[in-house]
Amino acid sequence: MFERIMVPVVLDHVDRMERTLKAAADLAERYEASVTYVAVSGKVPNAVAKTPEKFAAELDMFAREQGSQAGISTDALTITSNDPAAELEHRLLEAVETTGADLVVMGSHPPGVADALHLIGSHAAWLVRHADVSVFVVR
Amino acid sequence: MDESSSDYEELIAELEEVYETDYEVGQDNIERFGLDMHNPVFFVSAGLIVLFVVVSLLFPEVAKSALEATKSWIQVVFDWVLLSAGNVFVLFCIALILLPVGRIRIGGDDAVPDFSLVSWFAMLFAAGIGIGLMFWGVAEPAAYYTEWYGTPLDIEGFTEQARPAALGATMYHWGLHPWSIYAVVALALAFFAYNKGLPLTIRSTFYPLLGDRVWGPIGNVIDILAVLATVFGLATSLGFGAQQAAAGIGFLFDISGGLTTQLTIIGCVTAVALISVVRGIDGGVKLLSNINMSLALLLLLFVIVAGSLSAFLANYGQTLGGYFDYILPLSNPVGRTDDMFYHEWTIFYWAWWISWSPFVGMFIARVSRGRTVRQFLTAVLIVPTLVTTVWMAAFGGSGLDQIEQGVGELADGIGDDALVLFQMLDNLPLSSITSMLGICLVLVFFVTSSDSGSLVIDSITSGGKTDAPVTQRVFWATMQGVIAAVLLSLGGTAALDALQAGAVSTGLPFTFVLLAMCISLALGLRHEHQLNQAIEA
Repeated sequence: MFERIMVPVVLDHVDRMERTLKAAADLAERYEASVTYVAVSGKVPNAVAKTPEKFAAELDMFAREQGSQAGISTDALTITSNDPAAELEHRLLEAVETTGADLVVMGSHPPGVADALHLIGSHAAWLVRHADVSVFVVR
Repeated sequence: MDESSSDYEELIAELEEVYETDYEVGQDNIERFGLDMHNPVFFVSAGLIVLFVVVSLLFPEVAKSALEATKSWIQVVFDWVLLSAGNVFVLFCIALILLPVGRIRIGGDDAVPDFSLVSWFAMLFAAGIGIGLMFWGVAEPAAYYTEWYGTPLDIEGFTEQARPAALGATMYHWGLHPWSIYAVVALALAFFAYNKGLPLTIRSTFYPLLGDRVWGPIGNVIDILAVLATVFGLATSLGFGAQQAAAGIGFLFDISGGLTTQLTIIGCVTAVALISVVRGIDGGVKLLSNINMSLALLLLLFVIVAGSLSAFLANYGQTLGGYFDYILPLSNPVGRTDDMFYHEWTIFYWAWWISWSPFVGMFIARVSRGRTVRQFLTAVLIVPTLVTTVWMAAFGGSGLDQIEQGVGELADGIGDDALVLFQMLDNLPLSSITSMLGICLVLVFFVTSSDSGSLVIDSITSGGKTDAPVTQRVFWATMQGVIAAVLLSLGGTAALDALQAGAVSTGLPFTFVLLAMCISLALGLRHEHQLNQAIEA
């Protein structure tokens, strides 16, 4: 049913992503799909790493760890951006193309007032509206 | 052989250890309601902003006289400090271009530039100085030539000598000195963030001097001061800019330039700035900067051609010649007798550039990864200065020509300084089109200052993060518009004057901050140079 699952990761908040990671791993096992973890890094030092190169190394290591823990095949894709806060959603949409994923599994907060007002919705909601592939939103 | 290589290894380890800090970007941040804010910088800054606005609205006259007294005191008592510091920054930058440290590449040897040269230059101008070139390009040389408000070195106006002096003194205020102030801050921020892995906030530039203490109260004070200077600098110029743009629109279209028009302008500028910050650097700031730069070039070419090419060439000679002739006498703080020019123009400008330097410097830093120190400084110092000579020769020169030839309203002297640009364009062909273009340029330059300023404040108040939620930059961009609108409608010009004087007054503490930054940057670059040599060996 699915061959490649893309999982957007917030590397400095992996602790809040347990359910998302578990869901992705279970689906990967069920459908014998591989998982690509995707993260967007700015160019200036951030909470994860001091340079985009070190950021990519962290994500690679994260992907390997997830793979060996869950016994699934994994890889990583780091996207660099001049302005990660503004470009995150568009970059993730591009990543769906580059990775060739047919399913996106990502976490999101329960919809609140801001979402109802269509002011500042969640990244997941945006991806659901714009991606051609299936998106599984984990809450 | 073995011994020397282990020596090198020791040196490398030692040099790398200097910048090994346990501080993590965002470790002092508070995450609530989907926001990610530095504690205490975000909260104290926001609180102080509200406090200052409320006080200046409740007691506009008191606030105005107190803050303007502070500003005047700085202008008169510390005149030599500011002027000498400006000279130090120019010499420091030139030294770095010439010394071997100029080879160091921002972001490491393998870094490639994030932006093309054209976009990069466009953003350099659009962030801080473009708006001033629009307003003062004609008005400042005209002011000196007509003895409107003091003349450089007390040279008598309306004389043959007054022409190159007027153009040269204007160049002095808009040339190497302001750009070297921005360059110092920008280079320090870029170097410590991209090469040393420290967070992109002002405090990081003092790491070689203060070590881990920069993450404590000292750093908080520096960052909060930078935020306040930026917010009030931007909000008050937006307020005054709205008044001036409204006057311009009134001059052109027979619309009242009253409060309604002014508030509409603030609303529009803020709305476009909001769209720009939400779209981000590439989709917003860069795009607008490029559009504006093309429009500005178009207007520049038009003024050159319409005002006659031969007149332009003569004016260009005078601008460049005047700059060379007067740069040294005007940089000299000793034995000055031209009080009005010296204090009200030069020192005011220097305090202004310095108080804006955290904002403009940080924005330039953010977009300058991948260039070497030498390329960076040459590009930030020399190229903008040369471009500005062309601009001043065209706009200022045309203005002076009209005054000399007794053409149009300028011949009667400067009435409203906001209208001088339009009065000059009025006497060239196609004036209705070019004046429209002028108004558009002014407004878009406001947008490009406001959006890049919001990105900078957002980064400082989130502890150096550039991936903090977009809501926060929306907050800061909105704040600027709201402050400008509230001050203008409730407090009027007095409240704006008060807070602008306050913002300019931060120029004095920042002068010392910047001087320390030079030392810190020199240390950092020397460490990096030694490190590179040791690694090569």
